Amino acid sequence: MKTKSDSFSPRVSLSLKQKAWNPYLVGIGIGVLSWLAFLLVNKPIGMSTEISKFSGWVVGMFGGSETVSNNAYWAGTAPAFGYSTVFLLFTAVGAFLSAKLGNDLSAEKVPAVWEQYQGPGVAKRMIAAFLGGAILLFGARLAGGCTSGHGISGTMQLALSSWLFFPVMFITGIITAKLLFRNKHTA
Amino acid sequence: MNLPISTSSTTGLVIAAIFGTVFGILLNKGRVTDYNVIVNLFRFQDFTVLKIMLTAIIVGGLGVFAMMGMGWIEEYHIKDANLAAVTLGSAIFGIGMALYGYCPGTAVAAIATGRLHALVGFFGMLAGGIVYAFSFPWLKANVLSIGQLGKVRLNDVTGIPSAIWWVLLTVVALTVFRLIERKFKVVSA
Repeated sequence: MKTKSDSFSPRVSLSLKQKAWNPYLVGIGIGVLSWLAFLLVNKPIGMSTEISKFSGWVVGMFGGSETVSNNAYWAGTAPAFGYSTVFLLFTAVGAFLSAKLGNDLSAEKVPAVWEQYQGPGVAKRMIAAFLGGAILLFGARLAGGCTSGHGISGTMQLALSSWLFFPVMFITGIITAKLLFRNKHTA
Repeated sequence: MNLPISTSSTTGLVIAAIFGTVFGILLNKGRVTDYNVIVNLFRFQDFTVLKIMLTAIIVGGLGVFAMMGMGWIEEYHIKDANLAAVTLGSAIFGIGMALYGYCPGTAVAAIATGRLHALVGFFGMLAGGIVYAFSFPWLKANVLSIGQLGKVRLNDVTGIPSAIWWVLLTVVALTVFRLIERKFKVVSA
């Protein structure tokens, strides 16, 4: 299954009303954004640390602030509103604006590839998404970063840890996809 | 204006808002807010994610390397190479990414585009963060402590200078792009 925008188009067109931009131009955009991030605030792009702070907030709300402050992890990564919180929230704002203008808003419950192999069951997809999310963030914290912090920001600084992250996560991703998408779903 | 700007200043927060907005737009226009695009990379059906990431790494890396050379950037931000933890964590991360269909950044962007399974997965991420925080003391003693090389870069461990690394990586990236585009042309013909 090939998608239209997978082909290289020499035509440079960057309207927010387009559903997609050329992936190479998007890559250049993220690269230039990284220059500015280093230059202006000396803080590389990252996401998973902030999400684990959200985890701390949730625990603080239900289990009391002492549970959080006594925790060895959150003691070093204290949940507090700041630069990364704003960055995360506005990533959502940017994606919403882009999807709104580009006509890409969708209340998708079961994505096409999943449905093809795992069936149209909503509960099954939601459970998988929940478990996948949990596994994902646990792995990101153990590795010290995610696709943003390691995969882009770390690799561009030639960090050994990040160049280890990239191939390893790629390999287990391929194996998992092989297992998930092996047999087509039959009703 | 003195650079870098403090991330806790008002200007810093305004910059975070601008950077975040641009990042979100780029993720959506790159179509990585779409589950299918991400899992199709792992299935070798769609190379959008790889094109975006490799281009970002090369463009970003060459720029950061140049700015570092000019003395415009104070310092690198290298994550610790705790070999056991990074390897195990990355392996776990890949499984989660194929199952969820998103990574943390693209998940946040996908939720904003309305995708409901992305939102459910976000609660999963919060749960994963909680499990990690509570298992941290054990992990710190038993996993994070194995193979600690510190904040090292490829040039430190190989002795090959950064400039050479960038030439090599650029050649590799361009070769990968050529192969991907050629393969696609054959398929579509």
